[in-house]
Amino acid sequence: MQFLARASAASLRRSQAATEAFQRLGACGYATTQLTVRDALNSALDEEMERDDKVFIIGEEVGEYQGAYKITRGLLQKYGAKRAGFTGIAVGSAFQGLKPVVEFMTFNFSMQAIDQIVNSAAKHHYMSAGQITCPIVFRGPNGPAAGVAAQHSQDFAPWYASVPGLKVIVPYDAEDNRGLLKAAIRDPDPVVFLENEIMYGESFEVSEEVLDKDFVLPIGKAKIQREGTDLTIVASGKLVGFALQAAAELDKDGVSVEVVNLRSIKPLDRETIAASVKKTHRLLTVEEGWPQHGLGSEIIAVVVEEAFDDLDAPPERVCGVEIPMPYATPLEDAALPHVSDIVRVARRMFNLE
Amino acid sequence: MDFPGGKVPFTEDLAWLGPGFTPRPTIPCYRALDSQGAPLPGTSLPHDIDQALATRMYETMISLQAVDTIFYEAQRQGRFSFYMTSTGEESTAVASAAALNPDDVVFTQYREQGVLMWRGYTPLDMANQCYGNALDSGKGRQMPVHYGSKALNFHTISSPLATQLPQAVGAAYALKLEGKAAVAACYFGEGAASEGDFHAALNFSATLSAPVVFICRNNGWAISTPASEQYRGDGIAGRGPSYGVPSLRVDGGDAVAVYNAVAEARRVALERRGPVLLEAMSYRSGHHSTSDDSSRYRAAEEMAAWRARDPVARFERWMAVRGWWDEARGVGARKAARREAIAALAAAAKQPRPPLSEMFSDVYDEPPPHLVAQRAEVEAFVRAHPETLPAGMPLE
Repeated sequence: MQFLARASAASLRRSQAATEAFQRLGACGYATTQLTVRDALNSALDEEMERDDKVFIIGEEVGEYQGAYKITRGLLQKYGAKRAGFTGIAVGSAFQGLKPVVEFMTFNFSMQAIDQIVNSAAKHHYMSAGQITCPIVFRGPNGPAAGVAAQHSQDFAPWYASVPGLKVIVPYDAEDNRGLLKAAIRDPDPVVFLENEIMYGESFEVSEEVLDKDFVLPIGKAKIQREGTDLTIVASGKLVGFALQAAAELDKDGVSVEVVNLRSIKPLDRETIAASVKKTHRLLTVEEGWPQHGLGSEIIAVVVEEAFDDLDAPPERVCGVEIPMPYATPLEDAALPHVSDIVRVARRMFNLE
Repeated sequence: MDFPGGKVPFTEDLAWLGPGFTPRPTIPCYRALDSQGAPLPGTSLPHDIDQALATRMYETMISLQAVDTIFYEAQRQGRFSFYMTSTGEESTAVASAAALNPDDVVFTQYREQGVLMWRGYTPLDMANQCYGNALDSGKGRQMPVHYGSKALNFHTISSPLATQLPQAVGAAYALKLEGKAAVAACYFGEGAASEGDFHAALNFSATLSAPVVFICRNNGWAISTPASEQYRGDGIAGRGPSYGVPSLRVDGGDAVAVYNAVAEARRVALERRGPVLLEAMSYRSGHHSTSDDSSRYRAAEEMAAWRARDPVARFERWMAVRGWWDEARGVGARKAARREAIAALAAAAKQPRPPLSEMFSDVYDEPPPHLVAQRAEVEAFVRAHPETLPAGMPLE
């Protein structure tokens, strides 16, 4: 394990050439309005390290190797490196006033450290009666990737979202990743930031505003990603893209779909979810995780509490199949939700089958 | 030969190292007093303990013994849910605390209340915490003996064992980055040293050059697991050198030795900018906690023999040799300490409970909407049905 920290002035000078090369790279990335999720994350980390010298990155292979998914590319050259690691060390440094960003190679590996996240980071502020904060970000890819089977393909969103004291973010596009990672780093509470490996290379159009170094999105607020009048689809992360594709398909059937991009799953934006369902009167949730105690169950519970009388049909869930992920491609494919599943279930809700 | 893993010599001998092959001598235990408290001539004592310091150490240990005795009984009477004594290890906690600087950040396991008392936490503070009343600086949130005080640089105690070890490394690393001349002192038992976090912490403290003073209290028993079943190597100190961490074994019942060992450990950690490991050998004379009855798994003779080696009595004899202690002074100090502990419990029992509304604060820095809503709902309910509010608990 390794981490990037403030280097001495001398080592910073040594890495000047690399720094300039990195800045040129960054500059051409910013010249267009297209931004990949990877660059959104990388630039957010870079700018927040620049802004606050208490911010440092710690994790598996984040130095010379630049992270398993190259999210920390260039940062070693710019900020220097100290070889180290471990979640407990990061948590202790946060208690002492630093602002660590812990990169897990994948959130599957965060299970090794879940005691530090749940029992220490999440609870220390409460247990110390507000005396000690733990400003820390745990980030990395979460959820199923492709062809990496049971121990690398799991959605931990519901696990972390059940813990008081943690904030949990599931960003979708470049704007979300950039604005929410910056918000997470600036937040005084521990934040679990669940990325998706398959999304890193995706490009999205972004406005000039998104590229501002102080572009920060609010934690705890959902975004209406697409407005509609007949059906609310609530999704997060990669599945927001699936929901948008399904919405385009359902348009052909005359069904107008509103897509709610959750962005934060803790705190959960109950208000936006309920307001949307009060408008459309129908709810469909989509997620890659398992159905029992999943995000969909929680969202349906919220709607039952806040907007039951507005429902015109029973809410529906589209989830991953409740099995450990198989490796063989056709089996893996069958275990995951697809756009066609969302369309099929939505049609069923309107008796369009 | 230069391997990526280090410069190592070659040999033609296929030779094993270790138990059954080339046994190494057991690391000796540094001490300054014999088992009765008589000073041992020729002991290396780089750090002098003057009369004022000795008196304060003694009074803190006496107070700790009184609090332990009285609070333990109070728990047995059902006044609070849980208690843990440090009987047999009073000198480990108090003498080590005396050798630290107030700026040093302390991470403890749970049996080191003597450290906190040395830093100024009073029997009344302890009683307020154990009762979880409105004056508890922890707002009645932590179970008894899980103390914490930011003002005293004492991290809130965490029940899962060994989590404090890597955290201390992180805190020490932060202190180093800040350029502070302070260490993180990290206490743990020999049982916790079997957890993975111990090994990660030792290794990373060495590779990070983090100024941590690791203080293992090897008190012979991890609840019911004896140290003889806890490890096969040379205790905990025996592990340090293989992590590249300078290590020392010390008699935990010898306050003079513990003070010198910790003062030296602190000096070495700051001068070399790196970790050191101490193993304080002692005996847990009390039960693990009020949830335990250790007579079921260890011999009465063993317990009696160790009780006779009371570390406070040893320190008294050492002070007496110097003319700083006599029987009358000891009796007076014990009486005063006992009175203070009893008065603390009585005062704490009279305090109201923490307000119900505080239940929702400090989960986050700013309360999010769902907690604001839940709090408002609870408050509205209690206002409508005041009879549901538990006795002694204000709403706000």
